[in-house]
Amino acid sequence: MHRGDVVLEEHVSGRETLIRGGLSYHDVTEAVCRMPETPFMMSPKAWMIGLAVSLSLLAMFLLSIGYLIWEGIGIWGNMSPVFWAWDIVNFVFWVGIGHAGTLISAILFLFRQKWRTSINRYAEAMTIFAVICALVFPGIHVGRIWVVYYFFPVPNQMDMWPNFRSPLLWDLFAVGTYFTVSLLFWYVGLVPDLATLRDRAKNKTAKLLYGIFSLGWRGSMQHWVHYERAYLLLAALSTPLVLSVHSVVSFDFATAQLPGWHTTIFPPYFVAGAIFSGFAMVQTLMLPARKWLGLKDIVTMKHIENMNKIILVTGTMVGYAYGVEFFMAWYSGNEYESFTFVNRAFGPYAWAYWTMVSCNVLTPQLFWFRKLRTNITLSFILSIFVNIGMWFERFVIIVTSLNRDFLPSSWHYFTPRIWEPVFFIGSFGLFFTLFLLFVRYLPVIAMAEVKSVMPHGEEHHA
Amino acid sequence: MLKNYALIAEYENPHDICHAAEQVREAGYKKWDACTPFAVHGLDKAMGLKASILPWFVLVAAITGCGLISWLMIWVAAYDYPLNIGGKPTLSIPAFVPPAFEVTILFSALTSVFGMFILNGLPRWNHPLFHSKRFERVTDDRFFIVIKASDKMFELEKTKALLEMTHPLNVELVEEA
Repeated sequence: MHRGDVVLEEHVSGRETLIRGGLSYHDVTEAVCRMPETPFMMSPKAWMIGLAVSLSLLAMFLLSIGYLIWEGIGIWGNMSPVFWAWDIVNFVFWVGIGHAGTLISAILFLFRQKWRTSINRYAEAMTIFAVICALVFPGIHVGRIWVVYYFFPVPNQMDMWPNFRSPLLWDLFAVGTYFTVSLLFWYVGLVPDLATLRDRAKNKTAKLLYGIFSLGWRGSMQHWVHYERAYLLLAALSTPLVLSVHSVVSFDFATAQLPGWHTTIFPPYFVAGAIFSGFAMVQTLMLPARKWLGLKDIVTMKHIENMNKIILVTGTMVGYAYGVEFFMAWYSGNEYESFTFVNRAFGPYAWAYWTMVSCNVLTPQLFWFRKLRTNITLSFILSIFVNIGMWFERFVIIVTSLNRDFLPSSWHYFTPRIWEPVFFIGSFGLFFTLFLLFVRYLPVIAMAEVKSVMPHGEEHHA
Repeated sequence: MLKNYALIAEYENPHDICHAAEQVREAGYKKWDACTPFAVHGLDKAMGLKASILPWFVLVAAITGCGLISWLMIWVAAYDYPLNIGGKPTLSIPAFVPPAFEVTILFSALTSVFGMFILNGLPRWNHPLFHSKRFERVTDDRFFIVIKASDKMFELEKTKALLEMTHPLNVELVEEA
């Protein structure tokens, strides 16, 4: 058993060190660089199999996108009155997943939470890959994709301008900015670590590629001064950004006049849900990764426990939001609003509603118990439950509000066709392919940052 | 012909390099630097480095971004391409807040990153320090003080003696073409 797996007493004397096992700076470098420096043919079997599976899913995804463009969005089960279905569900789901990465890197950085250094790198990578997956869905759901340039304010024959008062356009600004800023944040953090890989590289190609992307970084203190200021600024900019992105996503719904979509709790509720699902996804990815990459002393039980605490907090916030929605539906005295909510819980989609409630509200409550939140297997299983629950949350919001609209004669029970799950599973192929390549070729732990939170010099050792 | 670029002294931990940096600074050197695997907090003070001016660039970028997009939205929505949607006013400032906010952030973030690289003179893929074999460990676990030969006070033997007084692991002369 690794030292990182050991659960320490609730009250350890002084502060618990973040990195266990008495590692030196060089040990950290060795542990993190081991994977990127392994030759391709010697990749771990689990990684090879994972990549093969992800690549096949990705191929399926690309082929089905081709078919969608060829045939049109009629291949989906979307039908009046449910015009928005899995495509938007998947979009909101993936954008939500991304939030934990920025939260860990930005908000925890501002709050001087040093434990973030062990997990921020792949949380940020996860953000970028999740946002890429998210952007695919609005990209492909537009129907005639070859006239997509209508979106842009190009001086075409129609002299068109976009409508800046539309939340869908705000969404483009929000998600586009979010993606760019997340990418910059991730890359800036990577530069010193890429320089480490450059300096250690044995073969020419690796040396060249890491050399190009590390921009000639040489750890100069004069550089670090600007660098740290830039990092702080990015964190300060990303913090309101991450809160705004999901608020804007919720405006897509909240500015409609449809019952069930326009409660004022939507922006904070969406943000809490996004953080909730994002942290669950970090757990899902991190628990196997720390085991297979041998990083148990860097990502310790303390990290896992802290993340489970955040899942507990945000899960409870989401549960509170469900309650407030119901309360407001009753308190507003609006019969359509009340009908929608009673319909959600007891109507044709009651199964989806109760799946959502059990996964999102009940599951995380287990984390009140320290025994359970320090149990690795259980954390992994529960994190998957949370992911399922959060997908259903978006499904419930979208489909239950749409399927019984104002005119009972047009009510329609939405059922997906085969293509909806194909696209959804395919997007996981894209996500995991990118993630596996990242794990394989880039430092998954922010080495420079981890070293800076380690005990310095001999006299600080306990 | 090769000429001297700098003397570099190697240390084992942040503690040692901070002490050494204080001594080099007190000796009065101006063109010198410290290279470390991570940002050593306190070393900037020991070296007497000033705070970064980056935030001012970012402030200007933020104002520019916010101004540009606001001007564009107002001009488009109220003058060039007014759309009457539900009889709502065309000059609807509250609706313009989300894009204005996002573009402000975008401009600021781009400026903080690219501004930082420009201030640091990066990318610069070639550098005399990369000729030193020992210097490769600067991104791993070693800490270096670099005193450039272009400094007015630089005298090979004297500077070397000063560096040796700070108990380094090693002192090395780096040359450049």
